[in-house]
Amino acid sequence: MFDKDFLEENKKNRSEWDKKTEKFKCKKSRPRFITVSGDEIKDLYTPEDIAHIDYEEKIGWPGQYPYTRGVHSTMYRTRLWTMRQFSGMGNASQTNQRYHYLLKNGQTGLSVAFDLPTLMGYDSDHPRSLGEVGKCGVAVDTLADMEIIFDKINLAEVSTSMTINAPASVLLAMYLAVAEKQGVSFDKLRGTLQNDILKEYIAQKEWIYPPHPSVRLITDLIEFCTEHVPQWNTISISGYHIREAGATAAQEAAFTLADGFTYIESAMEAGMDVDAFAPRLSFFFNAHQDFFEEIAKYRAARRIYARRMKEKYKAKDERSWLLRFHTQTAGCSLTAQQPENNIVRTAYEAMSAALGGTQSLHTNSMDETMALPSDKAALIALRTQQVLAHETGVTNTIDPLAGSYFVEALTDKMENDIEEMLAEIEHRGGVIKCIEEGFLQREIAKSAYRYQQEIERKERIIVGINDYIMKDEKIEIPILKIDESVETEQKKILKQIRERRDNDKVKRTLDDLVQVCKNGDNTLKAILECVRVMGTVGEISDAMKTVFGEYHEPPVI
Amino acid sequence: MSEKIRVLLAKPGLDGHDRGIKVIAAAFRDAGFEVIYTGLRQTPEQIVNAAIQEDVDAIGVSILSGAHMTLFPAIRKLMDEKGLDNVILFGGGIIPDDDIPELEKKGIDKIFTPGATTTETIEYLKGAVGGKKKEDKIM
Repeated sequence: MFDKDFLEENKKNRSEWDKKTEKFKCKKSRPRFITVSGDEIKDLYTPEDIAHIDYEEKIGWPGQYPYTRGVHSTMYRTRLWTMRQFSGMGNASQTNQRYHYLLKNGQTGLSVAFDLPTLMGYDSDHPRSLGEVGKCGVAVDTLADMEIIFDKINLAEVSTSMTINAPASVLLAMYLAVAEKQGVSFDKLRGTLQNDILKEYIAQKEWIYPPHPSVRLITDLIEFCTEHVPQWNTISISGYHIREAGATAAQEAAFTLADGFTYIESAMEAGMDVDAFAPRLSFFFNAHQDFFEEIAKYRAARRIYARRMKEKYKAKDERSWLLRFHTQTAGCSLTAQQPENNIVRTAYEAMSAALGGTQSLHTNSMDETMALPSDKAALIALRTQQVLAHETGVTNTIDPLAGSYFVEALTDKMENDIEEMLAEIEHRGGVIKCIEEGFLQREIAKSAYRYQQEIERKERIIVGINDYIMKDEKIEIPILKIDESVETEQKKILKQIRERRDNDKVKRTLDDLVQVCKNGDNTLKAILECVRVMGTVGEISDAMKTVFGEYHEPPVI
Repeated sequence: MSEKIRVLLAKPGLDGHDRGIKVIAAAFRDAGFEVIYTGLRQTPEQIVNAAIQEDVDAIGVSILSGAHMTLFPAIRKLMDEKGLDNVILFGGGIIPDDDIPELEKKGIDKIFTPGATTTETIEYLKGAVGGKKKEDKIM
């Protein structure tokens, strides 16, 4: 990157500077200078650190291969990232209220958080749902709930992300059925489905069926949407949860990319042309606390993905090369102690996501270490994004940290680390093999343990936890409580629905679905029929269980 | 009879977040405890049966899903019914401070909230289990 003579001179000057400043270096402000992921960082980065990097080849131009500087040529100068707050609580009506509240206050996209029973394919009245209904998201049993969630929200005018994985096809079918009732054609619908089952086995652990039938459900969904819901992002290939489970930044990126490549290969093996579906794949990353490490991670991930799509999978459409992503600030970085400090943590994390070129952002609320967000906390989280976008100047120019000796060196290192891990996964037989052997899960658990030990040894200071502690602290923020009556009411409504619907039709559509599971036809089409006649999440999931079986994870620690 | 502290670590209910319980498990092992991990999505019955089978001194439960007011008491009730009233029940997760007094009233011995260290949990167990073992000897 630099002139040879300039570099020689620079190296010499660095040596001299090192000698001159040696005597000051015995005093250290902390035991180690490491990133959140544990990598050592030098005291100073200079031209020497990036001399080997070819600007045109590695850094390049926004909106052009390899997209290190951003997937679009004008980025936030044309359009800000979508402010998309992940949200859902109690019953459908409470959730609808919160959606209107956030939209009224300037949120620009919707994002649905479902409760655990729904996430796991259980109805609210299943014995395993006891105590769990509506507690960590909205309870959805039938189409009726979905209709209420989007009451007075025109699906032609919003884009909606749904965080759902194992029963993703069921919830998407419900969304489509709501659109039908609203008179909105499928080709107008915009949104994203998380639908990333591989990371469930690795990190979030919300599964129903074993890996192979699960991937088949995903492939069916991709096929259906490619034809009928062309603006829908069929998967949000996720690293967020992998990171929350304890992975390092490089592991987060590597395992996520590996998952993505597995889906791509699976769809191609099923006969799909890569350019037919790849433009609608999207990603979801964490924004953890190490400001520069995160920015390097996003930039390296874009570069690696573009290269693989172009060179390995031979995608011809440039839109297939783009790593478009949503980001969420790190939940695991928040503390229950002095929760107001979480507003600050979230703000810094959000800034790194913006400087890393995210397309969409969720900022956590300060009270999420204790409960679902209160109205007040949810509002502050949204305002955090608005202040970032309008008051800090970070959106004035594209990829402002490009060229920084530190950030380019870190991006390069991240790229190398990620590529090494991708090679390791490949060498071990691919993602599904690694999941079956517990390799990825063990690597994540090791990183998590190491991080905790660093905190307990005070190698890593967390304000309010191992320093700056306030004894006898009183929590002075409102804490949201989900009333137990939500569960009772939900069960009552479900009973009524089961009594009033045409149960013959329900049985017929469920039987048809079972046949489709066996004969290889498109499952989403069959699920849509079940959903229209008020088949429940549990009934539909159970029907598929009879063919696909259930996944059980051997409890390894 | 083994003097090693035997702990059953369990994830009840539907919650699948296992980072915390795995960190605790590793720390307990390093501290010399015998650790048995049930895996995810255990019912109270499965947890208590495993505790009986493994003859543990303590059951540690992790719940991040908000279902703690249902699940903790259900486990304690079953423990007492099946003669495990001398076994310690402790746990952690996303549990608001306000809920802790009621859980303690219902017989949950100790709750560790976010920010607790592995050292704290180890010291607690050594004290609590050690205390019970002394009681047993005296009786």
